[in-house]
Amino acid sequence: MKHLLWALGFVFLAALPVHAQEDEATRAARWNDLRVAVFGQRPLRDGSGVISLEAPVRAMNAALVPVGITLSGKKPIKAVYLLVDGNPSPLAGTFHFGPAIDPHLLRTRVRVEQYTLMHAVAETTDGELYVAERFVKAAGGCSAPAGSNEELALKEMGRMKLNLTGTVVPGQPELAELLIRHPNNNGMQMDQITRNYIPARYIQTIHVTYNDHLVFDFDSDISLSEDPAITFAFIPDGPGALKVRVEDSRKSVFNRSFDVVPARS
Amino acid sequence: MFKVRGFTPQSQQRQSLCNRLRADLRADSGNAPVFCPCCPLHLTRRRLIASAAALALGGAAAALPMQEVAPGIFVRRGEDADATAANGDAIANIGFVIGRDAIAVIDPGGSGADGARLLAAIRARSERPIRYVIASHVHLDHIFGANAFRAEGVEFIGHARLPAALAARGAFYRQHLVDLLGPTAAGDFVPPTRLVEDELRLDLGDRVLEITAHPPAHTDTDLTVRDGASGTFWAADLLFVGRIPVLDGSLTGWLATLAALKQQAARRAVPGHGPVSVAWPEAAADEERYLATLAREVRALIAKGVDIEIASREVGYTERDKWRLFDDYNARNVIEAYKELEWE
Repeated sequence: MKHLLWALGFVFLAALPVHAQEDEATRAARWNDLRVAVFGQRPLRDGSGVISLEAPVRAMNAALVPVGITLSGKKPIKAVYLLVDGNPSPLAGTFHFGPAIDPHLLRTRVRVEQYTLMHAVAETTDGELYVAERFVKAAGGCSAPAGSNEELALKEMGRMKLNLTGTVVPGQPELAELLIRHPNNNGMQMDQITRNYIPARYIQTIHVTYNDHLVFDFDSDISLSEDPAITFAFIPDGPGALKVRVEDSRKSVFNRSFDVVPARS
Repeated sequence: MFKVRGFTPQSQQRQSLCNRLRADLRADSGNAPVFCPCCPLHLTRRRLIASAAALALGGAAAALPMQEVAPGIFVRRGEDADATAANGDAIANIGFVIGRDAIAVIDPGGSGADGARLLAAIRARSERPIRYVIASHVHLDHIFGANAFRAEGVEFIGHARLPAALAARGAFYRQHLVDLLGPTAAGDFVPPTRLVEDELRLDLGDRVLEITAHPPAHTDTDLTVRDGASGTFWAADLLFVGRIPVLDGSLTGWLATLAALKQQAARRAVPGHGPVSVAWPEAAADEERYLATLAREVRALIAKGVDIEIASREVGYTERDKWRLFDDYNARNVIEAYKELEWE
């Protein structure tokens, strides 16, 4: 683990983590183990034309690596898995789609612990799996210390914000960004003074509905960045409420309802 | 055998300075044994500690080159670079202030080696006790020399939030320096023994340092130091000159703090990175412009719904030719700014 401490994500640290280099064979072997662990012996098909994954080739901040997943719509998708192979807990999150989702675009921000392959896997309604892959140069994002304004982070834990990017029209996809204040501690940072690890406290589930129709359920893990952000699109059936329920690993629950008022057109 | 470098009384001028120091010390010492800072030394406890620290680092530490920016205020110019094995993390402006009775260190250096060399630079000039070691903020390039100053009676001064910040980051920083420099030269931080909630005055004898704790700005642990006697404002990393500022606290907080600090006149300022002495507040103009540019451009992109990743590649480019290390830090500054401002 020692080599994992090299950080791109932190101030005044050297830019190139030499120890973070692994060869392709090691990465391929790791992915092979991981896919068996998560998907068993189910075949994974090449996702070209079905799913694509975007992430910066070299991340500027390993504790906040933006990731985008695009679905072409050629196959009906019921779930999307995001895996950061080299992370201590590689399955970063799983989206389970509901009827109110517009399943074309997902974005979130993850921690990346070492130079790694990332995978996004789409599961069709009939159980086929399609995979897209990316290589990301970033390191130290998991063991990297928490954010720079911890007082604020704790004071505001559970606060949420919803940004809608367009004019809401019933029946038309609406792009939304959900922000959640949460330290998403992963239990990997040591308190140097007490010599104890700071206890993990991270978001486990995010449940989003629109007028009581499921948009998605997101099972998440320690790989999400501090103050998690999720971009998704949903289809409003009219004026209503987008409700969000967040539960973290200490079983704290945060609820928020956002009124969505379509424009008259 | 033990001589204080640079202060053997050879010249008339030095002899008179020596006599003055001797008189001062005699006046202040009470029952304590007097040692003259200018003359051949006796082996003292403090000196033993200092030489032990130097020996631990593989021999006598060579004194850092210092510039005297005002009478009794010495600053070492840090290199405008990231920490490397070659520069030993000697990349921040660090230094000390000599008063009639005592010395205060302002930032003990970027590594154990840097701290030991700073100590040697102090002892080359004065044998007065080092009473205070001030940590201007949590970043490793300013405070990992602290271990070299551990001695009886030394107070380590830090922001009220510094213990929490060190608890979260100290081990991480230490590991980075160990990987880079090895376990001995890496040094270590020292948790503060006195915390500053808002203001603290430290009397060094005929000069009082006024220490101010700030709300989150460059980091959430920023202290600045003002020496009224010389009109020197030690801004530390609230002021970057020439080297791109690093945002690790609050962009709006930094802009507000800077605006307030600019109202307080000073004969000179000491930036945390850049020339050791600059005109105040004129020298803050570039940094203020850069931070304001970040805020303006990031807000505009957030309002347009532009993603953080695209923003990190688009914001700030009018500033590119104006700063050293721009390509290494601008994008991460944008990410920091974005994740702060998206909550507005």
